[in-house]
Amino acid sequence: MKENKQHTILKVNQLSIGYKTKKAEMVIASNINFELQKGELIGLVGANGIGKSTLLRTLIKVQPELSGSILLNNKALNATSILELAQQLSIVLTEPLSSKNLSVYELVSLGRHPYTNWIGSLTQTDTVIINRALEQVNIIDLKDKKCYELSDGQLQKVMLARALAQDTDVIVLDEPTSHLDMYHKAYILKLLQKLAKETGKTILFSSHEIDLAIQLCDTMIVMQKEEVVYGQPCHLISEGVFETLFPKDLITFDENLGRFKVTK
Amino acid sequence: MKTNYTYPFVILTVILLFCFVLNISLGSINIPFSEVLKGLFSTSDNEVWQVIISKVRLPKAITAIMVGSGLGISGLLMQTLFRNPLAGPFVLGISSGASLGVAIVILGSGLFGGYFATALISKWSIVISASLGSFLVLMAVLAVSSRVRDTMAILIIGLMFGSITSAVVSVLSYFSSAEQLQQYIFWGFGSLSNLSSKELLIFFAIYAVGLVLSIASIKGLNSLLLGDNYAKSLGLNLKQSRFIIILATSLIAGTITAFAGPIAFIGLAIPHLTRQVFKTTNHKILLPAVFLFGAVVMLICDTIAQVPNSDYTLPINAITALVGAPVVIWLLVRQRKMMF
Repeated sequence: MKENKQHTILKVNQLSIGYKTKKAEMVIASNINFELQKGELIGLVGANGIGKSTLLRTLIKVQPELSGSILLNNKALNATSILELAQQLSIVLTEPLSSKNLSVYELVSLGRHPYTNWIGSLTQTDTVIINRALEQVNIIDLKDKKCYELSDGQLQKVMLARALAQDTDVIVLDEPTSHLDMYHKAYILKLLQKLAKETGKTILFSSHEIDLAIQLCDTMIVMQKEEVVYGQPCHLISEGVFETLFPKDLITFDENLGRFKVTK
Repeated sequence: MKTNYTYPFVILTVILLFCFVLNISLGSINIPFSEVLKGLFSTSDNEVWQVIISKVRLPKAITAIMVGSGLGISGLLMQTLFRNPLAGPFVLGISSGASLGVAIVILGSGLFGGYFATALISKWSIVISASLGSFLVLMAVLAVSSRVRDTMAILIIGLMFGSITSAVVSVLSYFSSAEQLQQYIFWGFGSLSNLSSKELLIFFAIYAVGLVLSIASIKGLNSLLLGDNYAKSLGLNLKQSRFIIILATSLIAGTITAFAGPIAFIGLAIPHLTRQVFKTTNHKILLPAVFLFGAVVMLICDTIAQVPNSDYTLPINAITALVGAPVVIWLLVRQRKMMF
């Protein structure tokens, strides 16, 4: 591991997440601590229903934290305005687009909204950034297509390009590999790794592709019932974190291979 | 990749001007084009024609332009806000609210008796009751929209207002006289004529406020195409934008319904027609294009409704439905799906 200057972008301290109603507080996970560095690719894994999406939704300020603090570029998330946040953090969600009638170029150029004037006119700089984003994910030839003409894999790349065009320090992706075939799963995650390295952005994604995440991520956040651990994949393996991730009756983790196996 | 839209815009504007003059020239008495232009810019030699042009047909043509463009724009706003290709000013319940107000004043007078029971209801009381009705529905919708996050719920509430209106109308019609029923039905046909210059001025003022609010919402509308969460992540103040968009629609559609009656299909069909020609989703292009399209279509519908060379005038609502419904069907068949 190369030891360059560490620069913390997102710092989470004693965070507890969940839902608050008038009557009660439903805590989904608590005591979450991690620090994400500049240019890192971070995979968030855990079993279904453990609270991955809730954690991401809390980090992108869609729902409030119950307690603890989230610091984005040394500023508390709940003190950051919507517009400030839009210039620092972009998202790729699992929810479908409202309108699939958008062309790829139109969609990607919406990423410039936090920077454009009241009516959304694109300047020369905006156009340059949009084209760069299209190039970075290799979709220049798709730019005049409508979104309903695209495959799931292409659409995911387009959404990623839009997030890149937003030019933020952090990109958060919620299960970017669901609905994709094995090749495209690897393709998207590999692309994320390349982008984190080349652009210096901090890219956080949740995924069920633990095998791929172990191979590609700089850091992993593993959500378990009792605790949330984070660290480099190799450390997590030697600490035996993945073995306790799922019930042992069906799959076990092979430390040497670094992947799960179906028990015979 | 900047597609140039100057060309279609110029053509549409020319068509609009042509339809405007055509609309004024045709009617029970046909006035030649040259005389129409003369009448508009100076005075026509024929005094009767001059009176017809400046007192009857010009206000009507201006009303048609405001009604067509206004309904088209509120349809566009609603389709984007509610993520629903079938949304229009009617779906929010704004027109239903206006109809309810008018129904209570015209039909209810039989129930409440007294002065109203015999006198024919004046135009102003219809306008005021329609505005009041749509305003109250707007308030209800806004109250709901601040509490309910789901836009589909607001859509359903709008539909429920429609049901309540038709229920109240059927109950009231049971108790009202034939003349009252007839007056209500005539209001329901829609009409672009008989607006005095004072009414036209008030109409224009409210319409203009709605138009300015719509233009201010263009950027927000574009980011809403991605969905609420994405829009928020792009720095959009969701609550505020939603409020402004609903307010703009209510102002525009509410006044139109008040002054011209519940005019169907224009709000739904025009945005779809526009998207067929201008292949974009950018509201910066769509909004002015819908304005032009709506105005052109409404002028043509009104010209047809006048039945040139005859004394008949058909209900404008029948014409817009006859033009609008096939357009929607044609779009569905051709595209197999409606998109916004």
